[in-house]
Amino acid sequence: MSEPSNLVYTLHVNGHASDVRDAWLGESLLYVLRERLGLMGSKGACEQGECGSCSVLVDGELVCSCLVLAAGAVGQQIITIEGVAPAGAPSDVQQAFVDAGAVQCGFCTPGLIMATHSLLERSPEPTEYEIREELSGNICRCTGYGRIIEAVQRVAVARRGAQ
Amino acid sequence: MIDTALSADVRAGRLGHSTLRPDGVAKVQGTFQFSGDLTADGVLWGATLRSPHPYARIVRIDVSGAWKITGVEAVITADDVPGVMTYGLIDQDQPVFASDVVRFVGEPVAAVAANHPDACRRALDAIVVEYEVLQPLTDPEKAVDGSFEAIHPLGNVFRQQRIVRGDQTIEGPIVVEGSYELGMQDQAFLGLEAALAVPDAGGAGVELHVATQWLHEDRKQIAACLGMADEQVRLVLGGVGGAFGAREDISLQVHTCLLALRTSRPVRMAYSRQESFLGHVHRHPCRITMRHHADHDGRLLRVEARFVFDGGAYASTSSAVLVNGITHAQGPYKCDNATVDGWAVRTNNLPCGAMRGFGVVQACFAHEAQMDKLAAAVGLDPLEVRLRNAMETGDRLITGQVVESVAPVARLIRELAAMPLPSEPVGGHDLNPMRLPGGAGRTADVGNVRRGIGWAVSIKNLMYSEGFDDYSTARVRLADGIATVKFATAEVGQGFVTLAGQIARSVLGVDEVVLDQIDTQVGSAGSTSASRQTWMSGGAVDGACRLVRERMFERVATLHGLDPLGLVIEGTEVVDTVSGLRLEVSEATAGIEFDETFEHHHRPTEDLDEFGQGNCHTAFAFAAHRAVVDVDPELGLVKVVEVATVQDIGRALNPLSITGQIEGGIAQGVGLAVMEEIIQLNGHVKNASFTDYLLPTFLDMPDVVIGLVEEPEPQAPLGAKGVGEPPTVSSTPAVVAAIRDAIGKDLTRVPVRPTDIVFG
Ligand code: FES
Ligand code: FES
Repeated sequence: MSEPSNLVYTLHVNGHASDVRDAWLGESLLYVLRERLGLMGSKGACEQGECGSCSVLVDGELVCSCLVLAAGAVGQQIITIEGVAPAGAPSDVQQAFVDAGAVQCGFCTPGLIMATHSLLERSPEPTEYEIREELSGNICRCTGYGRIIEAVQRVAVARRGAQ
Repeated sequence: MIDTALSADVRAGRLGHSTLRPDGVAKVQGTFQFSGDLTADGVLWGATLRSPHPYARIVRIDVSGAWKITGVEAVITADDVPGVMTYGLIDQDQPVFASDVVRFVGEPVAAVAANHPDACRRALDAIVVEYEVLQPLTDPEKAVDGSFEAIHPLGNVFRQQRIVRGDQTIEGPIVVEGSYELGMQDQAFLGLEAALAVPDAGGAGVELHVATQWLHEDRKQIAACLGMADEQVRLVLGGVGGAFGAREDISLQVHTCLLALRTSRPVRMAYSRQESFLGHVHRHPCRITMRHHADHDGRLLRVEARFVFDGGAYASTSSAVLVNGITHAQGPYKCDNATVDGWAVRTNNLPCGAMRGFGVVQACFAHEAQMDKLAAAVGLDPLEVRLRNAMETGDRLITGQVVESVAPVARLIRELAAMPLPSEPVGGHDLNPMRLPGGAGRTADVGNVRRGIGWAVSIKNLMYSEGFDDYSTARVRLADGIATVKFATAEVGQGFVTLAGQIARSVLGVDEVVLDQIDTQVGSAGSTSASRQTWMSGGAVDGACRLVRERMFERVATLHGLDPLGLVIEGTEVVDTVSGLRLEVSEATAGIEFDETFEHHHRPTEDLDEFGQGNCHTAFAFAAHRAVVDVDPELGLVKVVEVATVQDIGRALNPLSITGQIEGGIAQGVGLAVMEEIIQLNGHVKNASFTDYLLPTFLDMPDVVIGLVEEPEPQAPLGAKGVGEPPTVSSTPAVVAAIRDAIGKDLTRVPVRPTDIVFG
């Protein structure tokens, strides 16, 4: 455990450079995003990489921010749920989650939105089993997943139609 | 009274429409504030020191080391509790902090507040507690037979209750019996316990923002422990990340308030996942033996049963869980004669209390296994034996209570049986190894895999029982065509916030509904549990809206010289059915406010007598489940392929919400069937993490097929029954029955483990 220091490092989050001051070196990216940068949209439900609630993109890659040291993400582009779409103007994935009934308590939702955006980037028309496998790192305790799969499929169909 | 007809072309936002959640956009955008997201200027973090022993005497606590840690602002123990030292929902036997004896691993001993979570952790490490370790009581049978010394001044038995009904001598020509066991399930909501306490100036009171299921009950218990009047403690619902029963009891509420009052600063507490496993109550592990007597046609003559619920170290709701379990021992079947003995006992295991299904999950697992045994013994199809015994409205429970609720048991079974089976062969049409048992492990050989089908049917009581005056309150204001609805109903994800708006729009003819903050500044709503809020808080909002509507009709009638009894709402208009006059609600309420509060109480219930007789419940809902599983009997692996269900819901007020409740409930039932269990060895918890406690993922979750039976419930204010629990109750036994069908083994315990399949 390190003592507090006046360490300053800079993270690039959602297109902005943000200074992190007075941090402990051991702080996870999840903690720094939430507690030092005030970005509360990323959630922690296990802090062990098991639930996916804390999912963010680091240099385009989907990661569990609870398992990444914040100080180790210096120089990388971080996208959080707050960076997906402007407040009040949800992305297609976000809107589909609302419309399909994929949200109950909503605690798993920001992580699943990140994971779904990432999945559809890599695989625009995933099969149902691909969706299940790709999203299996995200646990939802409320929905039983059925409406979430429906939401993902709706986005895939809508994007294909829009091409 | 049901006067708002539901039809296929329901107006958007009204009852019967799949209205979307009002908090949906905030939740998908990450701006919805959960209780763990709340903070304040100058806030401190709180943390709890917990017992490492299941049973030990505290010899000495030395907190001086904690004060040496930089950033520490408060260190508190039992000595710092100003009010009553214990809390609890029914019996107040659980200490705020242990002072003389610790009775379970994880019991709070002290708490600290500091400026950083790491400072808290270091401070907790620096507290020295000297324990004299004692031999724990971990076998509930030793509590039943009295062979273990009392581990608490109130003794080791929380409650013993018998049910004795009808002819006690009747023996069937057909007798089937079995012993069953259920492991301890965790609710495992995703949003961990969290709260923010803000002290009033001068310590005159405190405001607590917390994720809970029942604000007013929390307030009562907190105020008592703080030595304050209820009014000095204000509770505000912090965003709740799921509940499923685990937030019905006090966890960090009192500690957070104590730390805030001690430091005169806002304090946040947030549990880790490990702490959450230790820090809230769980589903009771239970051992059940049952003997069913039947005639040669498979008709039940008598049920004998014995239940032992392991309540763990403190009472919580164990006594109510026990009664729920034993009073549902017959299942949704006619049975005139019964002998049931039940115990809920204290041990040094983790405390248990409410979880979705509340005692009935345990009973259903046993009675449904018995019905399959009975079917086999009389040579009948499992569905036929259930149909022959199917309960109907007007039948009596083994408590003597007449089931007055709509009871479409036979219809559920027939409609379920008519659903097509999944067309996919083992492994799917494309023989995808991911669809085989073991999935990504790619271990199962398709040639070895056997498919099985299992059925289960359930009865579940709705709302609170045994004489409790169960009610909910709502306040509705209507002005300028905008309705404002206030209630203390905990929104935990189930969607009451959606339903409240639908009710107000339907009854008042408005499009715009504002939901006020959910807090204790209005009467109690009771708990978000027992499948009760649609009925209870729905009834309260409906009642308050009707009072407001009456006032509005009176005013319109006076102004226009009409008979108020001729007025109705159509769309957004007040319509006079006599003269044809139409008036927009916004016009009828321009410049004037109607403000009404309503309490909905359900029909009173009674205590059970010493023979377990009495009208202890008020209403019931039924469900039927069919599971299809693929099993690799050599590897002991199971893939649950599909769960189909037909559920008795009364009336579909929001079909999309109902689908969500049913799919989510089945997920938890499947979890209990094949993977979820908190494992304790001699009182020590072996798997308090998401790495080791297995939850169903996207890959584990079967396809779900849903049929709804809508027969409006006359007793229910909106004709609708609660839908949250039944999916969890009978899905578990259906899955286990399917595994039995696949491999031909008895499987008397859940979760079914690979070793049970291979060696059982
Ligand atoms: S909090 Fe990061 S994976 Fe669960
Ligand atoms: S909606 Fe509650 S955990 Fe997913």
